[in-house]
Amino acid sequence: MAACVPRNIEYNKDLTGIMSEEEAEKMIESVGIRERRTCDDTTCASDLCYAAAKKLIDDNGIDPQSIDMLLFMSQSADYRCPATACILQHRLGLSKECAAMDLSLACSGYVYSLSCAMAYASLPGINRVLLLDGETFSKLVNPRDKVNVPLYGDAGTATLVEKGDFDESVFILNTDGSGEDAVKIPAGMRNPVTSQSCEEKERENGNWRNDLQVYMDGMEVFNFAIRVVPKGVRNILSATSTAIDDIDYLVFHQSNRFMTDFFTKKLKFDPEKVPYCIGRFGNTSSASVPLTIVSELQGKLNDCKNVVMCGFGAGLSWGTANIHFKDCKISDIVEY
Amino acid sequence: MEIDEFIGKFAEIFDDTDASALTAETKFRELDEWSSLSALGLLALADEEFDVELKAEDVRQAETIADIFSIIQSKL
Repeated sequence: MAACVPRNIEYNKDLTGIMSEEEAEKMIESVGIRERRTCDDTTCASDLCYAAAKKLIDDNGIDPQSIDMLLFMSQSADYRCPATACILQHRLGLSKECAAMDLSLACSGYVYSLSCAMAYASLPGINRVLLLDGETFSKLVNPRDKVNVPLYGDAGTATLVEKGDFDESVFILNTDGSGEDAVKIPAGMRNPVTSQSCEEKERENGNWRNDLQVYMDGMEVFNFAIRVVPKGVRNILSATSTAIDDIDYLVFHQSNRFMTDFFTKKLKFDPEKVPYCIGRFGNTSSASVPLTIVSELQGKLNDCKNVVMCGFGAGLSWGTANIHFKDCKISDIVEY
Repeated sequence: MEIDEFIGKFAEIFDDTDASALTAETKFRELDEWSSLSALGLLALADEEFDVELKAEDVRQAETIADIFSIIQSKL
């Protein structure tokens, strides 16, 4: 596994233009995000993923021609058409026999796309699947949106899934589309982009946004997560007949430390085994789970490790997985 | 749980607001320390202490601590 983050650091203590110093301090303390990496206008999620993939390929001496499939999980595609995975296949020098496609989900995305990568890798004729998961959500936030500005950072990650002698991994994937409005960017085919979509308007609680920027109902999302995340972890444990103390690491989507600390407490799980990178990188949407693994678990997944991961967010969509890592080589984080 | 005990739990959401500064009739949104993050603390409190799902709308409609307490009671 490998990951790449932009060089540029934004500090949440500097957000005093949109909130008081005291509010900023409380938010840093509670949500747990001190700083975030954000990319410039010319950098895409695919650039960050490309750099992570190059690092993974170089560090592990992987022949690019040996990769049978490329998956790109993102909601920050280069273009509306064609799929970014096709562009990355060519950029990375992968074979023309390589299947490539984009997958689209928000914060639950890594768990979902890993299930796809593993399902394909278990088919005859596919030995190696390169999963690239990257987001640049910082570009979709209005600078006068107090809710979202302090949260989002950008990152790209690469995971290589290989056929081999591994213990069985288990996924539980869920959806509740009745909550589609909880996190939303309204512009799309349903609401075609016009000059009016770009007009910034004052919305709830003095937050500003246009229709191409992300809205989040924090309380709805929190409520949703309380209902599904601890239960998701319990369900995966019972589906795999695993005792909670047999989990080596529990990796949550990095959205809000106050919330995931609450889940850890609720599950009576050892907080030492819950890695966080939210303080340094913020919420990187679907890239947050692999970014946490790369930044916090380097050198720790050398032999067999039992990892539970949980992603949850827009959709509403959530997924929990129990993955048995075996000799997983994790590269140093690359800066772009 | 009685309202007095609930007020104690409610105060624990905050860092600098003491339970002695709160009554059942306190309009919680007028507290200096109230923020959208305290609202999340309140949802967590309802879940942890009562196993009750407090909706964002419930919190928006309530004015006083007693309102919140009675909404939680009605869901038990």
